[in-house]
Amino acid sequence: MKSTTRLLAATILAAGLSTAANAKTLVYCSEGSPEGFDPAPYTAGTTFDASSKPVYNRLVEFERGTTNVIPGLAESWEVSADGLEYTFKLRPGVKFHTTDFFTPTRDLNADDVIFSFMRQMDQSSPWYSYAGGTWEYFSGMSMPDLIKSIDKVDDLTVKFVLNRPEAPMIANLAMDFASIMSKEYADKLEAEGRMADLNQVPVGTGPFKFVAYQKDAVIRFQAHADFFEGKQAIDDLVFAITPDAAVRLQKLKAGECHVVPYPNPADIEALKSDDSVQMMEQAGLNVGYLGYNTLMKPFDDARVRKALNMAINKQAIIDAVYQGSGQAAKNPIPPTMWSYNDAVQDDAYDPEAAKKLLEEAGVSGLKMKIWAMPVQRPYMPNARRTAELLQSDFAKVGVETEIVSYEWGEYLKRSQDKERDGAVILGWTGDNGDPDNFLAVLLGCDAVGGSNRANWCNEDFNKLIMEAKTVADQEKRAELYEQAQVIFKEQAPWATIAHSTVFMPMAKSVQNYKMDPLGSHRFDGVDITE
Amino acid sequence: MFGFLFRRIGLVIPTFIGVSLVAFFLIRLLPGDPILLMAGERGLSPERYAELMGRYGFDRPIWEQYAGYLGSLIQGDFGTSIITKKPVFEEFFALFPATVELSICAMIFAVVLGIPAGVVAAVKRGSGFDHGLMATALVGYSMPIFWWALLLIIVFSGILQWTPVSGRISLLYFFPSVTGFMLIDSLISGQKGAFASAASHLILPTIVLGTIPLAVIARQTRSAMLEVLSEDYIRTARAKGLSPFRVVGVHALRNALIPVITTIGLQIGVLIAGAILTETIFSWPGIGKWMVDSIFRRDYPAVQGGLVLIALMVMVVNLIVDMLYGLINPKIRHTR
Repeated sequence: MKSTTRLLAATILAAGLSTAANAKTLVYCSEGSPEGFDPAPYTAGTTFDASSKPVYNRLVEFERGTTNVIPGLAESWEVSADGLEYTFKLRPGVKFHTTDFFTPTRDLNADDVIFSFMRQMDQSSPWYSYAGGTWEYFSGMSMPDLIKSIDKVDDLTVKFVLNRPEAPMIANLAMDFASIMSKEYADKLEAEGRMADLNQVPVGTGPFKFVAYQKDAVIRFQAHADFFEGKQAIDDLVFAITPDAAVRLQKLKAGECHVVPYPNPADIEALKSDDSVQMMEQAGLNVGYLGYNTLMKPFDDARVRKALNMAINKQAIIDAVYQGSGQAAKNPIPPTMWSYNDAVQDDAYDPEAAKKLLEEAGVSGLKMKIWAMPVQRPYMPNARRTAELLQSDFAKVGVETEIVSYEWGEYLKRSQDKERDGAVILGWTGDNGDPDNFLAVLLGCDAVGGSNRANWCNEDFNKLIMEAKTVADQEKRAELYEQAQVIFKEQAPWATIAHSTVFMPMAKSVQNYKMDPLGSHRFDGVDITE
Repeated sequence: MFGFLFRRIGLVIPTFIGVSLVAFFLIRLLPGDPILLMAGERGLSPERYAELMGRYGFDRPIWEQYAGYLGSLIQGDFGTSIITKKPVFEEFFALFPATVELSICAMIFAVVLGIPAGVVAAVKRGSGFDHGLMATALVGYSMPIFWWALLLIIVFSGILQWTPVSGRISLLYFFPSVTGFMLIDSLISGQKGAFASAASHLILPTIVLGTIPLAVIARQTRSAMLEVLSEDYIRTARAKGLSPFRVVGVHALRNALIPVITTIGLQIGVLIAGAILTETIFSWPGIGKWMVDSIFRRDYPAVQGGLVLIALMVMVVNLIVDMLYGLINPKIRHTR
């Protein structure tokens, strides 16, 4: 009987008929709805999971399961000796998706690349403002200041000219905002007065093509038959939008979805012992921290910051707040990132020594505020609880604390204030796997009054990270970053709290899924067994 | 009848302006704004922040913003979502049928069970059934929706596997949306099993959303019936030798229904509030969940437009209820 079925299936396949009965469908119960399908105007991972990851490609890509940058739509690239010119050779014969609403007449070329970037840069382009003109990542990664021009050398060669050398440039181009769109499709939409559709019904070169989106319910994708790396093993990819974590879990158990993200921390132990579920886990590319305001007295004195760091019982926080699914942080970058300096010694938990150091610094009867975030983030599951634990730790060394909190938008804004009163609990998840994305963004002098919440500007540290930006050689860069981490620890602008672990339960039938250290959910290369 | 109708519609206009005012200012009273939330942990330079605020017109004086908003509203322009960049009107009506479908089912569930239960309890006043029903209604009324929904999912979808966990229809079925009502669309599609799948997906959310209205309607029917049953004309009807069924079903129930219909009308607001939680838990793509998401993201145009549209819908429903009243009880038409 079985062999008959197999024979029948083979006959159908041989006849070139891909029938629904044989189609392999993978259902991913995603946590929320995408904001749109053009990744560039947005910053949310949920949006990228449904847009840039399945539908688009970039010049360079992150290798699945790592932060290594590998060729994507560009098969090779060269960087000029002065680090100012990046020349990309495009892969020939890359096909855009043919869909119900668009049939491409040509393959990918340099015009597509130029269009994809210039729409975010050139304010005179009609596309600049089509989605509100908020190109948050493009401007957040300083692209408008960095890029001097993007030139077409020939149909398959594009040259980026920069205003200054920037070593993380290649990693930046693997990010979601750098997804390559079809200029031909955009031109068609513009001519038909349907520009908004670029953000609603996308066309890309990626492993899956967009089929349909029923708002807040289901997104359907189909494998791209002409994908340049070959067709995917699964035929259909379905996102069933399921906002509640407990319900996602029930759907996984009932066989209504194959992969579910973000399980409740309380369910993790039970899931690990469930035979019908495979549980993947990975150290997240993130850090949760307490940032002192180093511009305010007495926190301008490194001894005071150091003393407070020694007063913190980190393990108690890991146990209570991260429920064991995290590891104590000693550096501002996570251990999975290149250039992580493992030789750095963390400040040991020692309230007595902390008291002594405070005395030495001439500080007594210190009163301070601790800011607790109002939201839950992967790097900080419960800021309020963390703040309470810090409060009791600090009380043991004679420091009186008050916990304050604001609505999230307000919190983000007020915590940037240079005059801020108090130490702020916050964190960061890496965008591109480059240490510059942590060290310069969060601790560089340029970021004071912005994302550098400690307002910490240390000349020696800043020199190192600035130099590392301009050096192309990764080993040399790693050395510079390692030194920078030593200075960071000595100067203690933050109390580094933890790097959290990310869990991903899925059905046993899912094969070859790789967790992304950058936190996205990718289904290229994934298969399911029947 | 027409005079009454016009007077009622006349009331709708000031209500509409009031709602637009409340919707516009209420969301702006919340701290934070969409630009800050979009930037997240990275933060924004003050210049970039000012540029983006200007781009959306949030830097203009608030009264000017409101006047502009009201002006577009009158022209039927409900604004464009800051997040999805789609017209709010389009977004709303893409999701609204799902909420309506669920609400209608929940209301039918509540009425079909609630009125007979209330009648029986009133007729058998003081009996075990009466006490049991009133206790159950109290429990139903106080039940936290979130907990109740998860309990039903775990028992009926998880353990017994009788119903699907969440969603509107099995992912196996895929057809274009014609009316937006899944029960109707699944029939139109002609796909085998689609209707049954859509119906089975409705069971648990209907029960969850219908629980509170069911409790309220049952209690209201009981007390209204008790009042009517003690009236003189009921005694007369009994004395005439009418069958108990006619006395209760025709003479008493018809008069007891008036306050019950008011209650049903008022429950529409309760349904919208309940839909927020029910839709989130059952991954039901309706306006309740959409409104909450929009509030969290401070998507001002979506929140404003959504509130105004919901208010309009509630006003229309109340208008219909008032007219039903008139049909049932002609006295009301004249006294108003």
